[in-house]
Amino acid sequence: MLTIGPYSFDSRLLLGTGKFPNFDTQKAAVEASETEILTFAVRRMNIFEPNQPNFLEKIDVKKYTLLPNTAGAKTAEEAVRIARLAKASGLCDMIKVEVIGCDKTLLPDPVETLRASEMLLEEGFIVLPYTSDDVLLAKRLEDLGCHAIMPGASPIGTGLGIVNPLNIHYIIEQANIPVIVDAGIGVPSDAARAMELGADGVLLNTAVSGADDPVKMAEAMKYAVLAGRGGFEAGRIPKKLHANASSPLEGMSIL
Amino acid sequence: MKMIVNGREVQLPESVITVRDLLEHFQLNKELAIVELNQSILDKAERDGAKLSNGDRVEIVQFVGGG
Repeated sequence: MLTIGPYSFDSRLLLGTGKFPNFDTQKAAVEASETEILTFAVRRMNIFEPNQPNFLEKIDVKKYTLLPNTAGAKTAEEAVRIARLAKASGLCDMIKVEVIGCDKTLLPDPVETLRASEMLLEEGFIVLPYTSDDVLLAKRLEDLGCHAIMPGASPIGTGLGIVNPLNIHYIIEQANIPVIVDAGIGVPSDAARAMELGADGVLLNTAVSGADDPVKMAEAMKYAVLAGRGGFEAGRIPKKLHANASSPLEGMSIL
Repeated sequence: MKMIVNGREVQLPESVITVRDLLEHFQLNKELAIVELNQSILDKAERDGAKLSNGDRVEIVQFVGGG
């Protein structure tokens, strides 16, 4: 069970809704993933081109918890404005704080992320900041009162997987709130690895939406998260530098 | 009546008096639309009845796909 603030979820896989080839594929992928949390961005409506389809019309919104992001914001103030707009939808009170500080790497601006999180917590939002894998920043965000922290595995959309598993390990080890590894996941083994490290959840988008078969990848990610979590809960064996036979040594005299 | 909607200056007929009229004028999906009027975000409950004036700045946004 994944608990974020007042909400509990059976699924530990959070799915983004960007860049799918079409709504039918997206809907099938969302269903195959068995996710309960969908992320969205907030953007202007095109007033001169009405009746454009929107994915929200294609799904039963009541079945999902919506997690809007503040993507596009470069300052804390911009992030707060987007978060308020999202909340005015009346659909959700969770917000993924995303304040990008670098256009090339899309890495989050730590100072603005911290400021935005503080302001949004004061306004009563359920706050989930997207952060780098900085261990101390994760601690500072937790100390502010954030409801979860979402360190990146690697830069958004790269599919490079977890480039610094040691930092992710440290973040998980010290955290008393859920840690959701967000961004950079490329393949199911990346998601499984994050969960084996003890992450409480994984948020991914491009790994599914950009796959040759998004529906199949969504299902594979579901199993990867389950397998990784199972492995973590089961407790791995210690790593050893020398072999240790698993077959018995007694009764070998017959050879 | 003239106003700035989503960054563009638009001329609106006299029949557009409230935000609800504005959304209907542009045939926008009222379920999805989130409206900010002169930098003040309108809650769902107060949105439709909010009165518009000449020179208002309106932002109409929605949820779209994103990660």
